[in-house]
Amino acid sequence: MRKILQETFLEMIRRAATDLPPDVEGAIRRASKAEERGSTAAGALGILLENVAMARAESRPMCQDTGTNTWWIHHPVDVTAGTVKAAVLWATRRAVRLGYLRPNAVDSVTGENSGDNTGVGQPVIHLEQRARAGMAVDVLLKGGGCENVSGQAALPDFSIGAGRDLDGVRKAVLKIVDFAQGRGCAPGVIGVCVGGDRVTGYELAKQQLLRPLTDRSPDRVLARLERTLLKESNELEIGPMGFGGKTTILAVKAVKAHRLPASFFVTVSYSCWSLRRAHVRIARGKPTFSDTSFLLKAGGR
Amino acid sequence: MKHIDIPVDEKTIRGLGVGDEVALHGVIVLARDAAHKLMIEKRPDFIRPHLTGGVIYHCGPIMLEKKGVWSVVSAGPTTSIREEPYEGTVIAEYGVRAVIGKGGMGPKTLAALKQQGAVYLHAVGGAAVYLAGFVRSVPGVYMLDELGIPEAFWLFEVDGFPAIVTMDARGRSLHVKVDRASSRAFDALIGK
Repeated sequence: MRKILQETFLEMIRRAATDLPPDVEGAIRRASKAEERGSTAAGALGILLENVAMARAESRPMCQDTGTNTWWIHHPVDVTAGTVKAAVLWATRRAVRLGYLRPNAVDSVTGENSGDNTGVGQPVIHLEQRARAGMAVDVLLKGGGCENVSGQAALPDFSIGAGRDLDGVRKAVLKIVDFAQGRGCAPGVIGVCVGGDRVTGYELAKQQLLRPLTDRSPDRVLARLERTLLKESNELEIGPMGFGGKTTILAVKAVKAHRLPASFFVTVSYSCWSLRRAHVRIARGKPTFSDTSFLLKAGGR
Repeated sequence: MKHIDIPVDEKTIRGLGVGDEVALHGVIVLARDAAHKLMIEKRPDFIRPHLTGGVIYHCGPIMLEKKGVWSVVSAGPTTSIREEPYEGTVIAEYGVRAVIGKGGMGPKTLAALKQQGAVYLHAVGGAAVYLAGFVRSVPGVYMLDELGIPEAFWLFEVDGFPAIVTMDARGRSLHVKVDRASSRAFDALIGK
């Protein structure tokens, strides 16, 4: 089992880093047709598509910032958490040597780079044991530029007239998108969590980035919020790379979590256009790769 | 498309305006967060010859070494605004003529560009394989052991490296323009 896990996780990293999922590429292609021909925005999107094709053909990371590697792993009782974690660390180190990942773990006090992309809290591994046999695994590679422009608001926010209701949520999200400008490598995808505490808010918002861009929340209210936020984000006309243009955001994925009476957090996990993820299911020792997550049902977990 | 040979003189740079597409030829210097802090705190001389009339690239690349020769795997721009506290001083201290990055920079850098005669060039963020294709060789690297691969001062010899002028030496910035317009749209959307 150890060998299968190691090789499967390494292949997941390679795919995520070098091969943009078809739903994301399709959204960029549609965006490039929507921009004015000959504009800087259209030119930038054209280069992105060219880059995606080159990265895929040459099996090279499409972005040099291979980001924080975040794993969601559901494992059966007969595969221990220790075995799974060890395989993730092996695959991470191996991926650095092969040039699929950049050594991205820096000691925050000494400034020293660990050299192999592992360190305290890196990579991030969410483990959940399940009663069934077989495993399901998601990995997300999310770069620093878009992590830096992600944000969390505590409602009410009087500066923008945002109360503790869905209209307040809408205003708070738009404020974060406007503040980001092009710095998160627009056009971005945003995961939004309504409620939760400060930690689960970020965790659930980030997890929404695993959803196919073409789906919508099964919750009718959240589905409407997703549509409204997509339309209004694009009315900001920040455009690809912040050059100005019609496409600022490619998709909005919203989820809700219960909150304390005293707290009303709204959390946005901003992903750059380069939304890199890979999904696998391992049954009877055989991995099956997919363009969509085996773990995440549309609209939440 | 305007072709720029590095090192470049002040007159050529002052002739560029926001929106111009450029192709760079020559040796550029990769410097990001740790390198900028170092340039301000220690003012090192080892990098001076490469920066006089030269170009800084905000980039932390993926590099592979085979038999002592480094090759570039992926090398797109990183977000420039983090260097805002340093960049104006670095430009003046070292006589830098262009800074390549993404996302644009702030008022302090914009003022330095105008005063010193320099421009900010925007490369397409995330297009790291595409952009690595314009690197012909890696003639050197400084502080690799101390700063690690993503933060070291790499020298890249580039041929036709593409970028767009988004902040020029006349005090104009595309980023200020887009930010103002989006702020107006935002105010309308929240009913301000």
